[in-house]
Amino acid sequence: MHDQKTLLRIEDLKLYFRATRGVVQAVDGVNLTLNPNEAMVIIGESGCGKSSMAKALLRLLPRNVQTYSGKVFLNGSELMGMTDEEYRQQIRWLKISMVPQAAMNSLNPVLRVGDQVAEPMIVHHGARKEEALLQASNMFQRVGVPVDFLSRYAFELSGGMRQRAAIAMALVTAPDLVILDEPTSALDVLTQANIMNLLKRIKKEIATSFILITHDIATSSELADRVGVMYAGQMVELSDAHRFFTAPLHPYSQKLMASVPKLRSTSEPEYITGQPPSLINPPTGCRFAARCHVRFAKCDQEPPMVQHPDGRQVKCWLYHSNGKE
Amino acid sequence: MNAFKRFFKDIAQYPSAIVGMVIILLLILFAVYAVVSIPYNEAIRLWRGGENVWGDYPRNAAPAWTNLFARVKQPETVILNTDDETVKKEIQQVGNNTEVIIHFTLDYQYDAYPQEMIIFFESKYAQKQPHVSMRWITPDGRELRMTQMSLRRSDQYRFDLDDRLRRRLPENMTVIQGLFSQPDVVPPTTLKGTYEVRISALLFEPDSEVDARLVIYGQVHGLAGTDHVRRDLMVAMLWGAPIALAFGLLAAFGTNVLSMIIAAVGAWFGGVVDDIIQRITEVNLVLPLLPILIMIGTLYSRTIWIILGAVIALSIFSSSVKTYRAIFIQIKEAPYIEAARSYGASSVRIIFSYLIPRIIPVLIPGLVIGVPTYVFLEASLAVLGLGDPVLPTWGKLINDAQSQGALFNGHYYWVLQPAVLLMVTGLGFSMVGFALDRIFNPRLRGV
Repeated sequence: MHDQKTLLRIEDLKLYFRATRGVVQAVDGVNLTLNPNEAMVIIGESGCGKSSMAKALLRLLPRNVQTYSGKVFLNGSELMGMTDEEYRQQIRWLKISMVPQAAMNSLNPVLRVGDQVAEPMIVHHGARKEEALLQASNMFQRVGVPVDFLSRYAFELSGGMRQRAAIAMALVTAPDLVILDEPTSALDVLTQANIMNLLKRIKKEIATSFILITHDIATSSELADRVGVMYAGQMVELSDAHRFFTAPLHPYSQKLMASVPKLRSTSEPEYITGQPPSLINPPTGCRFAARCHVRFAKCDQEPPMVQHPDGRQVKCWLYHSNGKE
Repeated sequence: MNAFKRFFKDIAQYPSAIVGMVIILLLILFAVYAVVSIPYNEAIRLWRGGENVWGDYPRNAAPAWTNLFARVKQPETVILNTDDETVKKEIQQVGNNTEVIIHFTLDYQYDAYPQEMIIFFESKYAQKQPHVSMRWITPDGRELRMTQMSLRRSDQYRFDLDDRLRRRLPENMTVIQGLFSQPDVVPPTTLKGTYEVRISALLFEPDSEVDARLVIYGQVHGLAGTDHVRRDLMVAMLWGAPIALAFGLLAAFGTNVLSMIIAAVGAWFGGVVDDIIQRITEVNLVLPLLPILIMIGTLYSRTIWIILGAVIALSIFSSSVKTYRAIFIQIKEAPYIEAARSYGASSVRIIFSYLIPRIIPVLIPGLVIGVPTYVFLEASLAVLGLGDPVLPTWGKLINDAQSQGALFNGHYYWVLQPAVLLMVTGLGFSMVGFALDRIFNPRLRGV
């Protein structure tokens, strides 16, 4: 029934929030597959549903959820049918862990960093504190934090160190999948490069899959095996990294790539006119149509996810067999 | 260890905190001393035992240390017993009978007169009662005949009730004044020197025995004085400390910690749970604590533990729930709480190891400042006559003093001593509490 090689399969994942002005369709029918030891980068503008998708995966839902549906298979078993308590005990951090957005601030200010990194071990494996601390110190060495930092508090660490500690915490229970939510934002470029190299090394060493959520396309290209582009709560392009970074298919992806500044290049970085549509009343048809430079009549209808001959997927009429007629 | 050192360095910057800590430390030592030196049962016996426990103490006597400041030195109680070595006892054979002569000698160097004098007799006989006659010999050699009496097995002779003796003394003087005054000096002045009470007892049976005990009641007593039934106030002064501290600390700790947990639970789970907690709090806030406690005391029980339980139960859902909730709601949105959720920490774990530690800086000063409130509450109940019926407490002393018109009668010590202890307790905890507040919440330093 399932491809044994597939680690994660998401089918029609929806996450809608209730707001005062209406229902926010933050994640609207996302499909995704991920293989073991694969790094997928999810890119897109702010507010396009990247972080909401991560939260939907980890079921870290706020109180005002209106719709939370779809199917998530991890190693072939369905996760959406689990109760919250089962999910908490069996999946969180054991199977899927996360380096949260603003990971620098995600460390408990009243716990020593070592205790904090050991927490998941204690919570999930019921490990004794000494064992957990030993594990934590191993993990610290792996991510390149001096072991004597174990007994310090979060505020005594630099931003990069805290980020590393957060990554150590995500890895300490050896999960199958690590979701990194903008792990390099708010860091200087050198530290960003450091963290990216660290992630690459870890991916090689411990065969974990990553979902890397970012809007820093340049930095993320270092790690990516595959790329997913999100726009207005929908996945508009899924591609392997190499082909995506050389020639993206979706007009939005093309614009996005063109907006990446290049060092010492004469061409100015481009930008996309207009703003992403409101997720409360998204337009019918293609959601990018209003800003698209190649739009045509058909764009008033919602495009399907088109299977490109070389294996890429793109949600655009341009590539549909009977698109341009 | 380092944290402790740092804490003490911080606190050393506030002289008031040091003074407060010294006060609290002394109070604790005082309380420990009370419990160790007078065990609970002994304290209850001393406070509720009856005449045979405090019969030798003077009535309404001021503390002995008042002599240090007084121009007229007040006498202390002297007890002379036939078993003492200083008391001479001669036995001679008179015909078939035995005569026992007891010499009680008393060196009297005070300017004021004793309060009362009583001789307690214990005698043994089969048929015929021993017969005693007594004489009073002054330092200047005058001899005064006092009464003659046949002794029952347990008998007493009160000097000031001896009318015939009164008549032999100068006019307008009480018996005691007459006995101790210089002759013909106006106004009456004490004659200092060695007095003697000579008791000669005739025993008519060979196995007969007589023992006597002379108590010259002073005007001052002990460290704290005595009350209207001769009880030593020191018992209540000492035992008031552990009771007040225990009540204050338990009530402050219980209410603060429980309100904090309730606030944390409400803030974390939100929704209906939070609503219920908030509504209970709002209803509870308008319930008057003191009248309810008075009702419980009057209608149900005045046992201190029942009152303590009622105080805690009524104070859990107090305004501090609102304060703590406001802080928790803010902390709850912090990224590290979401991170904790994401790695699967349970609600209990998040509440106890993520939310609550953040509020400790607010909790501890509040707790320390809260202690005197409950100490005073317990004292207030006692003053209102709703104190524990068994325990000697500071509040009960004030209540007794008030009901006996202590201030009106000039027994200031009776009210002032427990009041000063209460104030000092409040002062100590407040000083430390306010300093802790500044240390834990540095933003208040500028205020």
